[in-house]
Amino acid sequence: MAAASNAGPSGDSRADEAFKRELVGLIPHLRAFARTLAGDPASADDLAQDAMMKAWDARASFQMGTNMKAWTFMILRNQFYSEKRRSWRQSQLDQEAAERTLVAVDDPEAPVALDELRLSLAALPAEQREALILVGAGGFAYEEAAEICGCAVGTVKSRVSRARKALHAILEDGSYERDGSAASDAMGAILADAERLSSAR
Amino acid sequence: MTGDQKEPRGQALRKPGAGDMIEHSASEDRRRAPAALDEARLRQQAIGVRLRQMFDEVVSEPVPEEFLAILRQADKKTAEND
Repeated sequence: MAAASNAGPSGDSRADEAFKRELVGLIPHLRAFARTLAGDPASADDLAQDAMMKAWDARASFQMGTNMKAWTFMILRNQFYSEKRRSWRQSQLDQEAAERTLVAVDDPEAPVALDELRLSLAALPAEQREALILVGAGGFAYEEAAEICGCAVGTVKSRVSRARKALHAILEDGSYERDGSAASDAMGAILADAERLSSAR
Repeated sequence: MTGDQKEPRGQALRKPGAGDMIEHSASEDRRRAPAALDEARLRQQAIGVRLRQMFDEVVSEPVPEEFLAILRQADKKTAEND
C-alpha cells in the first residue's frame, strides 16, 4: 500500500536481476518440495510456479543475503495450505492421489525400495512428512525448518524424530498399502541401495 | 506381583539381583544393545540416503521452460511499468 517511497526508479533493476538469478537457481528445489506436498506432478508444478511468482512479487520485502531458499519454501508452503483450505475436494483426494502419483512418478527402472519409501512417506501425517523432508532431504537446519513451517524448533525436532520412527516401523512391518508380503524385503532393499549409493559417493 | 512393580523394566535390569530371572540375561543384553543400536542407526541412515535421493531426483530434472517464460514475462512487465 504505502510502499510507494521505495518502489521507484530502475536503480532497482540491478537488484531485481540478482534476485531473479537466485530465484531461477531455486526453481528445481521448489519443484522438488512442491512434489512432496501436492498430489501429482502437474499440480506440483502449478504450485511451484505460483510460489515463484509470489516470491518475485514480494522481492522488495526480501533481504538479499539472507536465506532465500528458506524464504521461498515458506512461501510455497503457505501457498499450498491456503489453497488446500480453499478447496475441500483436495483434502479428500489428497491421500489417494499422493499414493497414486508417488508411484506413477517413479522411474520404472528404479529399485523397488524407492516405491516402498514413497508409499510409506505418504502414510505419515502431513506435518511429520513435511518436517522430515525439509530436514532429511532439503538440507535445512532445524531452525530453518521451524521458520518455514511457522512452529517452534522443538516441534520440528519431535516431528522429525516421530517421522523417522514411524517410517522405520512402516517399512519394517509393511503396513504401507501393498500386499504386505515383502515387508522385510523392502527394508533389505533400502539398506542395500543405501550401501551402494553411499559407497558410490 | 509384576503388576505392583512401579519401576520400568529397563531400570530393574540395571540393578543386579533385582530379580533372579533377570540376572542371567543381563550380561547378554548388555552385549546385544550396542549392536541393535548400530543397526537402528544404519537403517535410519539408509532411509535418509533414500529420502535425499528421492528429492534430488526431482531437483536434477531440467526446469520446464514454462517457469522461465513466466518469470521473463513478469520481469518485462516490471520494466514497462517503470
